[in-house]
Amino acid sequence: MTLLEFRDLRVDYASSEGIVPAVRGVTITVEAGETLGIAGESGCGKTTLASAVLRLLPDSAQVRGEILLDGVDILTMKWGTLRAVRWSQAAIVFQGALHALNPVQRIGDQIAEPIRLHQSVPEKQIKSRVGELLTQVGLPASRAKSYPHQLSGGQRQRVMIAMALACKPALIIADEPTTALDVMVQAQVLDLLTGLVRDASTGPDGGMGMILISHDLGVLGTTCDRIAVMYAGQIVESGPALEIFDNPKHPYTRALAAAFPRIGDPEARYSPTGLPGDPPFPGDLPTGCAFHPRCPIAVDTCRQGAPELVQVAPHRMAACFKVGS
Amino acid sequence: MLRAFITLAFVVIFNFFLFRMLPGDPIGLYARGRNQDPEQLVELRRALNKPLLEQFLTYLRNPFDSTIDSTRFSRPVWEMIGERLWPTLLLLGTAILLASIIGIWIGIRAGWKPGGRFDRLSTGSTLILYSMPEFWLGMMLLIVFAAGAFGIPGMFPVGGISTPGVDTSSPMGWLNVLWHLVLPCTTLVLIYLADYALVMRSSLIDERKQEYLTLARAKGLRDAMVRKRHAVPNALLPTVTLIFLSLGFVVTGAITVETVFSWPGLGLLTYEALRGPDIPLLQAIFLMFSIAVIVANLIAELLYVAFDPRVRS
Repeated sequence: MTLLEFRDLRVDYASSEGIVPAVRGVTITVEAGETLGIAGESGCGKTTLASAVLRLLPDSAQVRGEILLDGVDILTMKWGTLRAVRWSQAAIVFQGALHALNPVQRIGDQIAEPIRLHQSVPEKQIKSRVGELLTQVGLPASRAKSYPHQLSGGQRQRVMIAMALACKPALIIADEPTTALDVMVQAQVLDLLTGLVRDASTGPDGGMGMILISHDLGVLGTTCDRIAVMYAGQIVESGPALEIFDNPKHPYTRALAAAFPRIGDPEARYSPTGLPGDPPFPGDLPTGCAFHPRCPIAVDTCRQGAPELVQVAPHRMAACFKVGS
Repeated sequence: MLRAFITLAFVVIFNFFLFRMLPGDPIGLYARGRNQDPEQLVELRRALNKPLLEQFLTYLRNPFDSTIDSTRFSRPVWEMIGERLWPTLLLLGTAILLASIIGIWIGIRAGWKPGGRFDRLSTGSTLILYSMPEFWLGMMLLIVFAAGAFGIPGMFPVGGISTPGVDTSSPMGWLNVLWHLVLPCTTLVLIYLADYALVMRSSLIDERKQEYLTLARAKGLRDAMVRKRHAVPNALLPTVTLIFLSLGFVVTGAITVETVFSWPGLGLLTYEALRGPDIPLLQAIFLMFSIAVIVANLIAELLYVAFDPRVRS
């Protein structure tokens, strides 16, 4: 069952330098119970894509296309309906939980807030429900009385996860959930998140789906079912996670995979290769394929026309003239 | 707390030397229009011309000495201050309370939608009020609403705290005081609320960019609830502290407004003492004002601790 579907989603930001396209025609689906990874460098439009799902983009953003959540287009929804959908059907785990939590409110109250808003749970049960959620993410229930600054970065991110699970949404959007944490804690928090989503996926209605956003292809390769790689506001490659990681087709994905040394691969360990140059500024994209100035295998055709995202192997799509030809 | 005491000690010492530097002849002022024995005056002068250090030690022994008399009114200065304290507390207390409620309300409405119609209107008018001298605004209100102008009848008294002969301890007397309070209080409210509205507006605008507001919206809260539950409690922190820190400037406002409206408070007393100059009285009033400002700062710090859990731990 399809849980979420982006249909030719385009997001433009109106800025003082004119119109800046952040997302340029993204079409992809997330099935119920599936984890979709979105990979890409900063500025490639992945956070814009994630924020668009709950219509959290600033007023300067113009959104076109369709975002179907359970078959209903979110972009044309009335405000009242949208508010009811927010958090109860799709919840977000923000990056950098220090700024995402209200500094002067106890975390218990912040976790309870969406429960009070969306579910008619008697006040007595709310407290035990909050305790349950905290225990689920490995924190003592007594932590409900703490303020955000009294917790460590990892604990705050756990609180964010507990909050996202509070209303048992069908979809969880995790936007770089571990970026601000140190490596050991990153692994713990990521395991916790994927584990909880997997447990919830055994439900009768197909289970919880998740969009996991990261710049780390290695992390996505081990935790996701499918991966979509974004570059300059477009998907350049998509397919099953392990296949993308082990056998990237698009030259950008190859560069991204090579940037992170693989454990147990001595060759990769001594030669983690980076990608020269910076991602293009969305307001000033190169002609043709947006990746061609940094592409090691670019030819003349790449400078003239933009390649379409086409099937290159079973379940695999790529947008590159040099792949599959 | 320790800092407050150090400041207080500094003020007590500074206060002494400040008034020793003022020009003027207290004895001449004291003797003016009085039939005094010249020998007695010489005696008095000798008493006042004691070495500075000796004077200082006498002063330090008890800065609040109840036997020190005003040179102009020939009454103990602390007794006079005690009498004038309540009218000032009534005027300033009411003005600050109203100004902070109205100012914060305006700041919230303007800061939540910066650039909107309400914001443009309120920021424009608060900036005008902010830059207006309070005595001038007081005089304008006095001309229009007390004397009557532009076809508006004079509705309020020209000055004073009550009509002579009215018993201020009776309910009718209270109303009479309230009636006298309207114009000076309005003047101060208009001036202060501008400050508070601008501070609240800018601190709310700062909060608007915070990510926890995006989270609150993502949870499905209405815009009004996002503002009330998340944005305003955070934006209030700097504003409340600033209101208390601004009490130092409030004192200067009291001097001019009380003078314009002949409100018998500490401000008017300061003005009367300055005209002498009545050095013992001035010295006591300055000490009194300094203590008030130090206490206000102390309260500001304690409030911050009470409101902000980050400071508390």
